Amino acid sequence: MTFFFEVLIGGLLSGIMYSLVALGFVLIYKASSVFNFAQGAMVFFAVLSFVGFMEMGLSFWAALPVTIGLMVGVGVVTERFVLRPLVGQNEDTLLMATIGLAFIIEGVAQLAWGVEVRRLDIGIRDEPMGWLADRADILVSQLDIVAGLVAAVLVALLALGFSKTKVGRGLRAVADDNAAALSIGIPLKQILVLVWGAAGVVALVAGMLWGARSGVQFALVGVALKAMPVLIIGGFTSVPGVIVAGLIVGAAEKMAEVYLGPYVGGGIEGWLPYVLAVLFLLVRPEGLFGEKIIRRV
Amino acid sequence: MFYREAGQYSTSYGQDRQLLTLRQDRLGMIVLLAVGFVGLPLFASDYWLSAILIPWLVLALVALGQNILMGYAGQLSLGSAGFMAAGAFACYNLMLRVPGIPFPVAVLLSGLIAAVVGIVFGLPSLRIRGLYLAVATLASQFFIVWALDKFGWFKNYDTSGIINAQTIVIFGQTMSTPSQKYLVVLVIVGVLTLLAANMARGSTGRSWRAVRDMDVAAEAMGMSLLRTKLQAFAISSFYCGVGGALFLFAYLQTAEPAAFSIELSFRILFMVIIGGLGTILGAFLGSGFILLLPIFLNMGFHAILGKNVDATIASALEQVIFGVLIIIFLIFEPLGLARLWQVTKERLRLWPFKY
Repeated sequence: MTFFFEVLIGGLLSGIMYSLVALGFVLIYKASSVFNFAQGAMVFFAVLSFVGFMEMGLSFWAALPVTIGLMVGVGVVTERFVLRPLVGQNEDTLLMATIGLAFIIEGVAQLAWGVEVRRLDIGIRDEPMGWLADRADILVSQLDIVAGLVAAVLVALLALGFSKTKVGRGLRAVADDNAAALSIGIPLKQILVLVWGAAGVVALVAGMLWGARSGVQFALVGVALKAMPVLIIGGFTSVPGVIVAGLIVGAAEKMAEVYLGPYVGGGIEGWLPYVLAVLFLLVRPEGLFGEKIIRRV
Repeated sequence: MFYREAGQYSTSYGQDRQLLTLRQDRLGMIVLLAVGFVGLPLFASDYWLSAILIPWLVLALVALGQNILMGYAGQLSLGSAGFMAAGAFACYNLMLRVPGIPFPVAVLLSGLIAAVVGIVFGLPSLRIRGLYLAVATLASQFFIVWALDKFGWFKNYDTSGIINAQTIVIFGQTMSTPSQKYLVVLVIVGVLTLLAANMARGSTGRSWRAVRDMDVAAEAMGMSLLRTKLQAFAISSFYCGVGGALFLFAYLQTAEPAAFSIELSFRILFMVIIGGLGTILGAFLGSGFILLLPIFLNMGFHAILGKNVDATIASALEQVIFGVLIIIFLIFEPLGLARLWQVTKERLRLWPFKY
């Protein structure tokens, strides 16, 4: 039974990591109806730059603002050269544009920082917590706990920001109707830059946690693909949705790998989230917490 | 072109319904076919045939399949490489396990098997659409490649996990030289392209386009969404499956499931975008473009940066250029190369006058 709980908790907490990546998607989708396929590339680029700056001799706390500045820069450039010319296009076109954007960011990241795997030390060790192992005989990684806490704080901040601040209200207005928001004087461009910047910061946080676990490498881009089923299950527009969905996906994939994997030769983690997402969609096409899709002719 | 339609009148409905209504277009097509069937096999070098022309035709076929689903029926899919893998491995197993099966029959059957797989993974399209569907199609991509990788039966329990394509034999004639393989590919691609062109302009294509433009409205007009969408998925994956089988047998020779990765799916997606959504010509232009671009870029890098370019830098640069091109096309010419070609044709028709 202890083993079961270990698997469950491990799954739930690794699900949080998916949620963190998915959070960046939701931010951008909520504000601009752009399904940002490049979020994974942004995660990779952000943490790679962070490590790069640290290798150049900056301290942890100096590299952080520099990287955040860089990610806001990415947001500004994206808004100016990709989103602005494509305003008013349908969602599929924008998705394809962000696939192109993902290619650019991945390429630039490799050109700027090289391709070798790097180690990232953020001072949290990826090993079981001592006191929990002693008391309850359950092994849970310290890093997972920190990831969970960070996710909780981020979500709380974002939820507050969306509902209480002026910028948050502006964001929701833009998400509702671009043109109407513009006509009552909400600065669309600044809002978009802000959202992309915020998504960049979320990407950095997610990337740092993933990087601390498995090294800063190109495979991080694949993690973002895993975040897609999380998004589908949670609904594209819901911040709490992605957290719950992340937990579901994380737990389900670990459970399946441990209990079903041996029968089929393992590796189900690779596709189970997607199949799970499809099954969810068949029942609830708008996701768990997404807004009901109403279509008119 | 330097020709006009002046003086050519259709005198029967049959003439009006021809695929190429203009005499000059028909003549051009005959020349093109003559070059393709006679000229190239005779004069093109083996390198050109096996490294450029064969993959171009095969990928154009796959892009055509993707275009049917995405450009005509409007169902965004990111899983075309998965269907290619289904076709390739089906063909391999058919050749392996069915004694004396003729190659064309094996290719046809593997296309049908891929179509069945496509229908299964197309089922969610009935409930979901747009972006949600795009993500759902990722399920097919990852699941198919995983299944092919995990179950040794598909690979005939090869320890290295790699399959070797059997030699192609048609009517007792072994097709092993590049020009023979090229001819096999050309015939299959030619027939399927003709079929696609006719489907696209007929009632099938009209119902696809109606569903693409507004599925609720199409349903209200009495079209069966179930039938239309699944038909698009089936035909699209049939094309991908045949393309996958040819990809393995005429081009790669040896392959592992990982060769049909999501990167390949993206490349096919790009072919369709750059070539032109919802056009037959676009599939050919787009695949040629995506195939040749890396070759030209490589030559460019060598010319500018000297002989010893770091391979990782070159591939990263290539990636950036791909991305930039995609965005440029989406912004400036969302209808792709096919549209550019059409515009050029119309300009030339009036040339040297402006209008």
